[in-house]
Amino acid sequence: MLNAIDKALLEAVADLHDIPQGAYNIRKNGVGINRATTANINIVTKGDKPGIDVFVKPFTKGESVHIPVILSAEGLEDVVYNTFEIGEGSDVLVVAGCGIHNPGSKKSQHDGVHDFYVRKGARMKYVEKHYGQGEGSGEKILNPKTLIEVEEGGVVELEMVQIRGVDRTKRDTQVILHKNARLVVVERLLTYRDQTAESLINVDLVGEDSTAQIISRSVAQDQSRQVFHLNMRGKNRCRGHIQCDSIIMGQAKVSSIPEITAFHSDAQLIHEAAIGKIASEQLTKLMSMGLTEKEAEETILHGFLK
Amino acid sequence: MLKLKDITLSVEGEQGNFNILKNINLSLQKNKIYVITGPNGGGKSSVAKIIMGIYQPTAGEVLFEGQNITGLDITERAKLGIGYAFQNPPRFKGIKVRELLELATGKNKEINLCDLLMDVGLCAQDYLDREVNTSLSGGELKRIEIATIIARNLKLAVFDEPEAGIDLWSFQKLAETFENIHAKYQTTIVIISHQERILKLADEVIIIANGEVAEITSKESFLADIVKRDMDCLCSKVCDKGVIPSAQCNR
Ligand SMILES: Nc1ncnc2c1ncn2[C@@H]1O[C@H](COP(=O)(O)OP(=O)(O)O)[C@@H](O)[C@H]1O
Ligand SMILES: [Mg+2]
Repeated sequence: MLNAIDKALLEAVADLHDIPQGAYNIRKNGVGINRATTANINIVTKGDKPGIDVFVKPFTKGESVHIPVILSAEGLEDVVYNTFEIGEGSDVLVVAGCGIHNPGSKKSQHDGVHDFYVRKGARMKYVEKHYGQGEGSGEKILNPKTLIEVEEGGVVELEMVQIRGVDRTKRDTQVILHKNARLVVVERLLTYRDQTAESLINVDLVGEDSTAQIISRSVAQDQSRQVFHLNMRGKNRCRGHIQCDSIIMGQAKVSSIPEITAFHSDAQLIHEAAIGKIASEQLTKLMSMGLTEKEAEETILHGFLK
Repeated sequence: MLKLKDITLSVEGEQGNFNILKNINLSLQKNKIYVITGPNGGGKSSVAKIIMGIYQPTAGEVLFEGQNITGLDITERAKLGIGYAFQNPPRFKGIKVRELLELATGKNKEINLCDLLMDVGLCAQDYLDREVNTSLSGGELKRIEIATIIARNLKLAVFDEPEAGIDLWSFQKLAETFENIHAKYQTTIVIISHQERILKLADEVIIIANGEVAEITSKESFLADIVKRDMDCLCSKVCDKGVIPSAQCNR
């Protein structure tokens, strides 16, 4: 069922070399083609709209769910709604990701809407990788929308990566944190040519002693454009920290718009944003160790986005 | 092995051109240790950057082992066996100490990264997996920088104020390390320094002030002069000769 292109896409977005372990659902060109469930993790196709419901039983530990999406034909517009119920006290890894191989000239687009309910004391790591390839001129567009509600004492780690080949992306991430809930977001983005990327992250620190940290690293090359709206609202005693760091190259344009709002006198919120080109001392240092300028640049960018 | 011939380096300033270096002539012999000293802002680091190719001279030539390398870029000079430990080393987000040192050692697997860090007075297992970012203190960063040079088995190594931020114990160790690499690899070493312990390693002491070579002398005469004058101001010698106004010598 999986051909060579599918496998390459799966490897890029989910580090998968073949069918994954544990629960999974592979969606290809708008239809589910492969699924497995486990004793603790169930996956059910939605009745009213495209997408799946994933149920992780309370206290499930050390299991994973892979839900990669691959588009390998031109002119596809795939919209999918996935809902996740991460049961109380569980500890799971969810790997989503979308790989587009667009062979033609018509655009291919995937809009994934993911809803997560992370129940009391549960831990979830969510990894989302986006990747595009294909020789055609057709645009590769990915617009993920991620909504997460974290109940008391829950811990969520989000890793969102888009390194290659996605022409247009608009990501929208909304997180609500209840009492003692914790969130860490690591976002890494690279754009080149005339690609555009926009990332909106809203975090509401609603519960007492909730904490959130957003680390965003991006590289904008050529004529690409990036916009970051990173927003934290502290509505209780809480702590939040936004670090937004971009390397700009060529004729690229980057806007970084962090926003922090405190609705409570015990909210502690920090934002830091920096945009700049690669420091010349970094280049000269690596060149003085024998690297060419190009190798030095690649080494610096690779480390920065790692 | 290295010759600087009539090196001038000018930059455009607010009041016209400003000469950072003026007619620098230096000839370094193979397998010797040189210490360059002199007042802050005198042009020491600029000389080092001219040697490494980080700065291009406005006039003059750089010769290395008889070859005119003035037109060679940094990478090409590195490949000839020239290295420079920065006075203010840059930090790298996301790059580990181990990775930086591996870039420095290149394909040479003989060199043990742990030994390398020990040579600069760092406890290896604490550092190899740390990132070369702002979490490192100035002294730690400086020592890692020195390690990247020691790693390279160079023909000519220039160290720019290696003592900065380094505690006395490690500093003693570092001085021994310089002696060791000099003995082991016959590396010609240039150390920009104000430290007596380093000055004692020198075959020759070069004083650079006001963009010029003010004097080339032996460590004995240089150190004797300091003691005689009972001053810790290393530029006093230069001031007395009128190279720079004494008023600027206030250290
Ligand atoms: N790239 C540069 N542009 C302008 N001025 C410089 C530059 N590099 C060095 N200088 C100036 O040249 C002088 C010598 O600097 P430097 O070589 O760093 O001295 P030292 O290492 O002896 O303290 C200083 O006045 C410094 O400000
Ligand atoms: Mg200096």
